[in-house]
Amino acid sequence: MMNQSVLVIGAGIAGIQVSIDLAQMGFPVYLVERTPSIGGRMAQLDKTFPTNDCAICILAPKMIECAGHKNVHLLTYSEVVGVEGHAGDLRARVLQKPRYVNMERCTGCGECAAKCPWRVPDDFNVGLSNRRAIYIPFPQAVPRKATIDAPHCVYLQDRAKNRCRMCEKVCQPGAIDWEQQERIVELSVGAIVVATGFDPYDAGVLKEYGLGKIANVITGLQYERLVSASGPTSGELRRPSDGKPPREVAFIQCVGSRDVNYNPYCSSVCCMFATKEAILANEHDPQCRSYIFYTDLRAVGKRFQEYIARARTEYNVTYIRGRPGVIGENPQNGNPIVRYEETTAQQLRAMEVGLVVLCQALLPRRGQQDVAKLLGVELDEYGFVNAPARLRRPVDTSVPGIFACGYCSSPQDIPDSVAQASGVAARVAEMLAGE
Amino acid sequence: MEQTRIGVFVCHCGSNIGGVVDVPAVVEYARALPNVVYAERNLYSCSEAGLSSLKQGIRAQRLNRVIVAACTPRTHEPLFKNACEEAGLNRYLFEFVNIREHCSWIHRKDKEQATEKAKRLIRMGVAKASLLEPQEETESNVIPAVLVIGGGIAGMTAALNLARQGFRAHLVEKQARLGGWLPHINRLCPTDEEAARLIDSVIREAQAHERIILHMPATVQEVSGYIGNFHVTVAEKEGKCTFDVGTIIVATGAEVLQPLGLYGYGRFPNVITQLELEERLRPPPSPSPVNDGGGKRWESTVFINCVGARIPERPYCSRVCCMTSLKNAIRLKKQNPAAQVYVLHRDLMTYGVEFERYYRRAMEAGVRFLRYDIERPPQVVGNGRAEAVVVWDTLRGQERRLPVDAVVLNAPLIPASDNATLSRLLKVPLAESGFFLEAHVKLRPVEFATDGVYVCGTARWPADVSESIAQAYAASAKAAIPMRAGAVTAEAITAFSVPERCMGCGTCVVTCPYQAIELRIANGGHVLSGTEGLQKQVAWVNVVQCKGCGSCVAACPSKAMQQRGFTDQQVLEMISVISGL
Ligand SMILES: Cc1cc2nc3c(=O)[nH]c(=O)nc-3n(C[C@H](O)[C@H](O)[C@H](O)COP(=O)(O)OP(=O)(O)OC[C@H]3O[C@@H](n4cnc5c(N)ncnc54)[C@H](O)[C@@H]3O)c2cc1C
Ligand SMILES: Cc1cc2nc3c(=O)[nH]c(=O)nc-3n(C[C@H](O)[C@H](O)[C@H](O)COP(=O)(O)OP(=O)(O)OC[C@H]3O[C@@H](n4cnc5c(N)ncnc54)[C@H](O)[C@@H]3O)c2cc1C
Repeated sequence: MMNQSVLVIGAGIAGIQVSIDLAQMGFPVYLVERTPSIGGRMAQLDKTFPTNDCAICILAPKMIECAGHKNVHLLTYSEVVGVEGHAGDLRARVLQKPRYVNMERCTGCGECAAKCPWRVPDDFNVGLSNRRAIYIPFPQAVPRKATIDAPHCVYLQDRAKNRCRMCEKVCQPGAIDWEQQERIVELSVGAIVVATGFDPYDAGVLKEYGLGKIANVITGLQYERLVSASGPTSGELRRPSDGKPPREVAFIQCVGSRDVNYNPYCSSVCCMFATKEAILANEHDPQCRSYIFYTDLRAVGKRFQEYIARARTEYNVTYIRGRPGVIGENPQNGNPIVRYEETTAQQLRAMEVGLVVLCQALLPRRGQQDVAKLLGVELDEYGFVNAPARLRRPVDTSVPGIFACGYCSSPQDIPDSVAQASGVAARVAEMLAGE
Repeated sequence: MEQTRIGVFVCHCGSNIGGVVDVPAVVEYARALPNVVYAERNLYSCSEAGLSSLKQGIRAQRLNRVIVAACTPRTHEPLFKNACEEAGLNRYLFEFVNIREHCSWIHRKDKEQATEKAKRLIRMGVAKASLLEPQEETESNVIPAVLVIGGGIAGMTAALNLARQGFRAHLVEKQARLGGWLPHINRLCPTDEEAARLIDSVIREAQAHERIILHMPATVQEVSGYIGNFHVTVAEKEGKCTFDVGTIIVATGAEVLQPLGLYGYGRFPNVITQLELEERLRPPPSPSPVNDGGGKRWESTVFINCVGARIPERPYCSRVCCMTSLKNAIRLKKQNPAAQVYVLHRDLMTYGVEFERYYRRAMEAGVRFLRYDIERPPQVVGNGRAEAVVVWDTLRGQERRLPVDAVVLNAPLIPASDNATLSRLLKVPLAESGFFLEAHVKLRPVEFATDGVYVCGTARWPADVSESIAQAYAASAKAAIPMRAGAVTAEAITAFSVPERCMGCGTCVVTCPYQAIELRIANGGHVLSGTEGLQKQVAWVNVVQCKGCGSCVAACPSKAMQQRGFTDQQVLEMISVISGL
């Protein structure tokens, strides 16, 4: 009989969904997440197309349901470091990084983070603000426990000097544990699911768009944080240079994607999220106009065309077919100036706007090659997990017993990731039934 | 009687609520309300910290009623109810007050009034909470068998998956053959494998599996019951057949729009549909490459995309057609590299990795692309047969005249004609577009709001083969959950009748959308005084079937139907505390 446990790697919406389904089907699940909290990218989003539900509000209950299920064993701040065996009988080694916080004692009150004097650019807010060296990544984090970011903690960097230790002083339950060590957990499972998601492409590579040079040029993910109530501006859309609300926002599609010089494929979700972000700009300020520069407006999902029609008619969103060549800056007011050819009018134009949002290519996660090597699964030339029998067995990887879902398998939005994740659960069940 | 001890937990929801509603003031207010012995606020009541504080409060303050004033019960009620239960409180002694959607979001601009309203809503909640009663949930068995409606790739995949998991699968196909559209298609993008080979192997597996019971040609005639216990009647050639299943999967696929009257279709013999082209391309291959029947090779072909799609009457994009025209355009180029092949499109929907790669392949193969504008749609001109397509090229800003041997119209998938009937039979909704409507677009894409009924493939929305298969697996996973568990727990917030008031008029029976109510002879204990000896019929609610929608309660002319958790007394008390009535 095959081992009936399942290892899931990556706890974004895809990994969470497949874990919940498997758990409810009665399979023990080990869910391994690299960061301190489960949730993945969806936790960073403000609202979600096409219904504009608040992302964290629909995700948080799932996160809690997942972590609370008796069949789910959560291994956060952990990574898989070794895999051997074959379908039905796999052994995995998981490395748990030290948080330097005792998980049983920590209540997640956040006192430590409030008092910690060391500031670190906040990944969760995509660098738009700082967090502390000890931190809880976001308010709805699961588990809601503090983590010490060792490379940024002055005490851990040089214990001999015995500096700071502020967190230890303020932690009432006494949860700080400097002696914590890396731990290896050995797991025996029958199947493995890869759900490692995406990282945004570094749009700074496209020098002509000025990311990092022009203050009011930001990325799509940064924009999500800017409009989010739990973001660095508490949900007020204010631009980086002077904190003023922009009156016009330009969204540039296909930044580093659909371009043979960078990433030839289409990231699938950007036309829709740019539309959503443009709608949100107008919801924040009814005077605000948005311009979306696109090549093909890819809106193929359920109710997507209607969403775009509403953006046009109700939210002051204009779609311009063209790929801007260069973005400059008006030195007087910090406004970016977008230069483009409006291809449907065959005219070169310039547009001055308050804020530019680059919708950059989305790539498989950093470290995806390492994960693939460990598991022996094939990736395609861009690093997405290959499905050799793509049509017949869309969620099977090149290795029997190992499956993939969500963005790491192919660019896709939340509904498709969720459907695919549930699909993996059924494939796993089918395989583990041994027929 | 035990003293009522209510605890009120008010959520800031970060700044979602806290940025508008004066939460500390609301907490102060709540603390002074009758029966309230404890009140606190949380940054996020739904966070682990919030939930443990809630549980801590229940235990430390010996609370026997709990109110959370936060966001929406749609997403969060189960969470808080579970927390109550974990702290030893019956989950039905919990009351949710929504001060986000109902206060801070909608009255964002008027903080004072938003705060005032939050106070009142909490006051109503407190009034109701005092009258709450514990409820018990009932368990019922789940039959380990599934009904799959539709024998295309999606339906067969689901049936096979569940059969392999050990469940019996009744597969009902209305046509005389399995396979849906795939047997009509030549090769499949993006892998270019033969559709027939793929579908034939799946058909063989489905026919061979001992746990798959095939009903074909057959249609579903009647479905009654509820999750775990559906009774199904199927009409077959040799009469009727009935069986019971625990779950149902809808995989009835879609139809393809017949573009009659569009772009010369039906008027010119050399204007054909994509589907007709697929048929012509299918093996055994025509002696010469594609020809028009008259033996002339196609030297010039124009594909027109979005025929009858993305227009006001049918606003959606059918998702798979762009790839289909790329696939067949490449095919034509392969058969005759010298041929001119144009694809006229509006936006080319080659999302993702594989389809975009396919697009590049088409360009490399020499397929030409031309972007047209729906305001100036292409014209197919000719005399007896189509001779040219005249089209405004939006990217060149000029009109083009493309001579043609053939025009291929790419028409969308449209909802199947039986959807309305099935929707009625299964009591599941259709979206405006006519495709089936899932429970939640994002988080429950293959489930219906009705428990135990699921949807996948193109019955839900246009999808390619791999997406249809992934969804079929997903629907199987959802169906497997209750079937593997063997039992489901039913809703406790259900309707009940008060026999003393019931006149047996049957209004509720016809009102109930779930067929959960019937008239039964009142038993001895409920016979009305003065009518002793008379056989009196009163309403009776099957709680497993009842969804707690409340329709019967509203419809009942004699106030005999009541809803647990929403009794007249509870609701009137809520109204009276704020209206002073
Ligand atoms: C700006 C922006 C806006 C968007 N808006 C929307 C929207 O409105 N609606 C919508 O439907 N979609 C939207 N999307 C797309 C959506 O974010 C993705 O579809 C979704 O997040 C994919 O989920 P996932 O679980 O596959 O991946 P992720 O969310 O990326 O999760 C992957 C998880 O795996 C973990 N992980 C990675 N590698 C490892 C490893 N080696 N070991 C352990 N753990 C690992 C990561 O830490 C992460 O938690 C948007 C995307 C962007 C960029
Ligand atoms: C011209 C064309 C070309 C295509 N090319 C490709 C391609 O190259 N690659 C690709 O991936 N996809 C392609 N597709 C899409 C592909 O056909 C669909 O993804 C696939 O058919 C979906 O399968 P399904 O099972 O959901 O639906 P269907 O194939 O429509 O099957 C549904 C089945 O349900 C049955 N049914 C309907 N109503 C009832 C009822 N009331 N009771 C019982 N049975 C019922 C039908 O008879 C049918 O057998 C193409 C589609 C078309 C039209």
